Amino acid sequence: MSDAQRTIELEIDGRKTQVPEGATLLQACQALSIDVPTFCWAANLTPVNVCRICVVELEGARTLVPACSRKAEAGMVVKTESERVKLSRKLVLELLGSSVDMSLAPEFRSLATKYDAHPERFGPRAPRAPSGERESAHAGHHHVDDGAHAANVAQPMKVDNDLFVRDYEKCMLCYKCVEACGTDAQNTFAIAIAGRGFDARIATELETPLPDSACVFCGNCVGVCPTGALMFKAESDLRDTGAWDESKQKVTDTICPYCGVGCQLSMRVQDNKIVRVTSPADHSVTAGHLCIKGRFGWSFVEGGKPK
Amino acid sequence: MDLQHLTEAPSDAERSAIDALLGPAEAGEHGPTPSVARARRTFLLPALLALQNRVGWISRGGLGYVCRRLGVPPAEAWGVATFYALLALGERPAAFAHVCDDIACAARGAEELCGALEQRFGPCASSAHRAEPHAQRTSSSAAWARSPCLGLCDQAPAALVTVAGTTPVEQAFGGATLARVESALEGRRVAAASFALESMGPRRLLARATAKEAVTLDGYRKLGGYRALERAFELGPEGVRKEVGASKLVGRGGAAFPTGRKWDAVARHVGKQRHVVCNADESEPGTFKDRVLLEQDPFAVIESMTIAGFATGATRGWIYLRGEYPLAAERLSNAIASARAAGWLGARIAGRDVAFDIELRRGAGAYICGEETALLASIEGFRGEPRTKPPFPVDVGLFGQPTVINNVETLVAVLDVVRDGASSYASVGTPGSPGTKLFCLSGRVARPGVYEVPFGTPLSALIERAGGVPGGKPITGVLLVVVAGSFVSPKQLDLPLSFEGARAAGTTLGSGVVFVMDDSIELLPLLRRIAAFFRDESCGQCVPCRVGTVRQEELLARLARGAARGGLETEQHLLAELGQAMRDASICGLGQTASSAIESAFVQLDPLGGKRS
Amino acid sequence: MLWGSNARETHPIFFHHVLKAVRKGARLYVVDPRRTPSAEWAEGWLQVEVGADVALANGIAHVILAEGLEHREFIDHATENFAAYRELVQRYDLARTSRLTCIAQEMIQRVARDFAKAERAMICWTLGITEHHNAVDNVLSLINLGLLTGHVGRWGSGLNPLRGQNNVQGGGDSGALPHKLPGFQDVEDDAIRARYDALWGRKVPPKKGWHLTEMFEAMEHGQLTALLVLGENPAQSEADATRCRRLLEGLEFLLVQDIFRTRTAEMADVVLPGSASFCEAEGTVTNSERRVQRVRRSIEPPGNAKDDIEILRALSKRLGYDLGLPNAEAAWDELRLLSPMHHGMSYARIEALGGIQWPCPDEAHPGSPFLHGRLWERPVRGARAGFHPAEDVPPVEQLDDEFPLRLTTGRRLDSYNTGVQSGGYASPRRAKETIDLSPADMRALGLADGERVRVVSRRGAVEAPARADRGLKQGLVFMTLHFPEQVDVNLLTIDATDPRSGTAEFKAAAVRVEKL
Repeated sequence: MSDAQRTIELEIDGRKTQVPEGATLLQACQALSIDVPTFCWAANLTPVNVCRICVVELEGARTLVPACSRKAEAGMVVKTESERVKLSRKLVLELLGSSVDMSLAPEFRSLATKYDAHPERFGPRAPRAPSGERESAHAGHHHVDDGAHAANVAQPMKVDNDLFVRDYEKCMLCYKCVEACGTDAQNTFAIAIAGRGFDARIATELETPLPDSACVFCGNCVGVCPTGALMFKAESDLRDTGAWDESKQKVTDTICPYCGVGCQLSMRVQDNKIVRVTSPADHSVTAGHLCIKGRFGWSFVEGGKPK
Repeated sequence: MDLQHLTEAPSDAERSAIDALLGPAEAGEHGPTPSVARARRTFLLPALLALQNRVGWISRGGLGYVCRRLGVPPAEAWGVATFYALLALGERPAAFAHVCDDIACAARGAEELCGALEQRFGPCASSAHRAEPHAQRTSSSAAWARSPCLGLCDQAPAALVTVAGTTPVEQAFGGATLARVESALEGRRVAAASFALESMGPRRLLARATAKEAVTLDGYRKLGGYRALERAFELGPEGVRKEVGASKLVGRGGAAFPTGRKWDAVARHVGKQRHVVCNADESEPGTFKDRVLLEQDPFAVIESMTIAGFATGATRGWIYLRGEYPLAAERLSNAIASARAAGWLGARIAGRDVAFDIELRRGAGAYICGEETALLASIEGFRGEPRTKPPFPVDVGLFGQPTVINNVETLVAVLDVVRDGASSYASVGTPGSPGTKLFCLSGRVARPGVYEVPFGTPLSALIERAGGVPGGKPITGVLLVVVAGSFVSPKQLDLPLSFEGARAAGTTLGSGVVFVMDDSIELLPLLRRIAAFFRDESCGQCVPCRVGTVRQEELLARLARGAARGGLETEQHLLAELGQAMRDASICGLGQTASSAIESAFVQLDPLGGKRS
Repeated sequence: MLWGSNARETHPIFFHHVLKAVRKGARLYVVDPRRTPSAEWAEGWLQVEVGADVALANGIAHVILAEGLEHREFIDHATENFAAYRELVQRYDLARTSRLTCIAQEMIQRVARDFAKAERAMICWTLGITEHHNAVDNVLSLINLGLLTGHVGRWGSGLNPLRGQNNVQGGGDSGALPHKLPGFQDVEDDAIRARYDALWGRKVPPKKGWHLTEMFEAMEHGQLTALLVLGENPAQSEADATRCRRLLEGLEFLLVQDIFRTRTAEMADVVLPGSASFCEAEGTVTNSERRVQRVRRSIEPPGNAKDDIEILRALSKRLGYDLGLPNAEAAWDELRLLSPMHHGMSYARIEALGGIQWPCPDEAHPGSPFLHGRLWERPVRGARAGFHPAEDVPPVEQLDDEFPLRLTTGRRLDSYNTGVQSGGYASPRRAKETIDLSPADMRALGLADGERVRVVSRRGAVEAPARADRGLKQGLVFMTLHFPEQVDVNLLTIDATDPRSGTAEFKAAAVRVEKL
């Protein structure tokens, strides 16, 4: 890194600001406390700019630009809440809301209100696809529907192991899990995007169940999932029975005992049971990522007996 | 890399098909190191194609072997394999027909052909697949599926037939009938249909193609081939770039970016490995001009790429050819081989200290791979997903290195510019659009085909040259460009075909589609086919395009049923908002223009016709 | 270089950092007799003969010196005893090194050149280096390489033992060593002891104590008759388990403080239920990079289990001394008072900075990301760093006709040590204990994958299913220590220990495999 880092001056929402060279528009907005919504962006992952909720208007640009990945340039004039921006955000919310179960995406509801998004404009949701149907779609082909229902990704939950579940009707295809499983962290490459277009999905090779796939169950995909599509089995079970109660939960940070690396764990506990384990994305040791033991290996402090 | 590979062992056939591409497996039991795997990743798609050409589908054992040889994670290979429409992920008969049901073929009997094939071979494979996942086996000797435009609109209806085996046969042909398709499925050669190839002014882009003798190096040389490269050597790299800049030549792929500026930008990256990529992934419905050039004038592309390499300091060239063009593939690989043998490609071109060589890569059925960054991703061995720009390929292109990407027609035009100079080039055309341009006439015209016209020629004159509508029926509209597309109403037929003329009329020339309609073509089904095309071809990466193209198609389906939700105005408002968001917020040109033709139809024409009430 | 470390499985998050570097163009070499998942990521894998690490290090040094790639200036300026080292490594020419290590000469040259020429280079090691009878020589040989090339005391360069538990480092730092007081201060130094004596109002014993191996020897000789075991399971984790259990049984009094009823706890006279220190108690731990970090109580310990510090306080009281120290922070503050390298690390600062790396002498100090920077100061501050020439000595237990196979032990990703912690959760990848053999040995013994076999060493025998592993060469077999209840692998291992480190040679026993 050069010692004299250059700064860049630009204008956002009428305010002049300076950011270090290489900063993104999102970072520039954050520095000004301008709220730019994001779904697919994460502090510990390379921006993929696919959800497009963060688009902003850049003077002179033909289209809107994604704040999360567009680098700030000198003299840029940016508007973060222009009519064009609002319309695109509204439509992104409607398109997501009509095709994906966004109920556990923390900010979805408030954003939908803010941008006056009405996913139901596209009609009633199509019924849930039977198991395996979405996986069998062939690129470049689709069943032509009569438009009575809004196509969506509803499908049965995949439960093929005791550590975490995959509820892909909540998957908005943000790519985070693929990035965390891949070069951004774990480098296991157990999952990738398969299929194309609306049939694109997160898949193992040949849609193999996780225990037979390359998955090493580090749960780093779960750690970055923004919509609850990937969830600890413990949490999913509690939610199923209606016992999930955030008012009874506490999150405490501590250090994992399973080796000497010093990974910080944020342990979410309900009724003295560990229901979710994460690590802060900005932690210098973990960058938010853990291994199977640190993520899931805690039954021994919950009265689980060694076998 | 500690990859977990598939456990199935490859059959001898699978192994030999892949070894034939990659060379024999090296001794030792361990996989490639990370850096070797990185270097090999680019062979993923060629290896998958080699596998399918041999055994007819992407078999488990074959896929596993590909992954082991290349050091590619199986999940990623699966992600790539499932991206391309031409790759079969379930076992199917070795003989397979892709039958175009896109706009031009639909106007010339594609549905009847599909019906006949269904009678003969059962339902379209992809729909059967969907109904009965993972149980695609069929006792039939052959199978078929519908396909988007095969680039044979001048010979519609068209089919692409592949027969896998030790000597695989691939044929794309027009004038498709059940009998011709059956014959091809049995591995027999099918004669080409006729088509028009004409110039309305000076014959430049088609000068050699119409002579039909340029497919050998000798023939090409006889027609003046390689004089442009010799001239380039005289001009020097900077002189070439100056001439190309002065010619005001802009890209013919649709985006109309100045070619000279592209070359200058790449030339600036002194000291870095640089690339020249020929975008031969022509896949836009109604477009087939590049195919004609590639089939009839393959050396022109090679010579021009060599000039581009010389002018920009690039030593590696790549031709990314769409998978549906087997004849072009054959002619190009022959041409590359004979150019190399004659010293026109290689370490010392024409005995000079100039190095340049070309690798031919084939797509596998993905329109999006014509988008330049998706094309790069596809060559690199990844899913053909467009990348965000900036950075632009001239700075960060193939393998992260500076890259010139030019369309086929652009490259062929470069030859005239360099050989004769920019001022000579500008002797035809308009001041704003010098030179000539190829147009692809299809639909309801008497003589569909490729027409070369000087810029500024009125659209009506071009249609007239192609014989007008058969039977002298009135034109109900012209679809000019499907992608950034817009319809031209019968009142606007005098539109001058130049960049500035198109701009003034609120449209673009795009890649040169002129799809002529009369009252035998129903507008709403045409729009639904276009909407279906965009839905099928969306890569699925960004929300506006992935879901927006679905919602657009659903909306048109409702209109077609006369079942507008909340009234017609509500639906039109929704369509407009969808279009605006796709245009504003999609990553790449596909999503940004997916609604253009449809929105334009509502402005220029009356797609609802009688259904309006 | 990862040397005797399978960090991909044993330090997965550290390995994320390695992979990040590999992606940016760093070259990774892995020295390991097995082709481990870590080795799969290497540009170069050095399949070293078990126990030939000293020979390999000396051979690498030989190439570096022969090709003039050593860091002359650093050697002259900051080190001593170089001449003796040079003389030693003279004898490790390529041919001999290759013979001793079974590594191709070209590979030894490649790694030597890359290591010496790199702008920054690191050697990280784990138990593949330290679980040998000559563990200290192994470590010193690696240090010699660092000194030879100047890859020490600089950001991004250095020597790094990857710790196996979250507080191996912190235990030693805070005086859990027989010869050190907190902060690595010599227990036999009168001046230092005096400070402790003054604060505690009691005399600290002036002589160093026993380390683990010496303790077992003392038990053998009846000198040690009572033992307090905290959070350890020696009855299963020690090499030559038969002997270990005999000695523990022979004690007059065994007190175990643990969160499990371990095999050792079952042998105890009294068991005190402790708490899981990382989640049921407050305190600090120190990781591999000397970063002191806070652990916090996130769940309540079960039943009558108590915080360890509380138990120790109560014990001390019964023994007649009131420790005071009402809580973990008070204990830490006392340590800070006595240990200069911890002095600047208040709880408040540790929390604010997300951990601090020692030494941190005062509350304005940001902590130290690396050590030994003093060696680059002119003149060198403090003592010069010495080369410690070490000779190749093969494993204690040689292979012979009766025990022709080399058994080495290690760990798997989803399990941990003897499995008392990791055994309970439902890992979908958990494989049962196997004995892994090379395909060639499988064939030679006529074994099918999964076939149960008997594994015999001079000390004991176990039964386990055989599994073919293409990452093993002929003659080498591998087992883990994760499943002692099913397969008590430490019945086989040898307790030949390095007298200086007290660690047994878990990595090299001689065994034979019998078809059942």
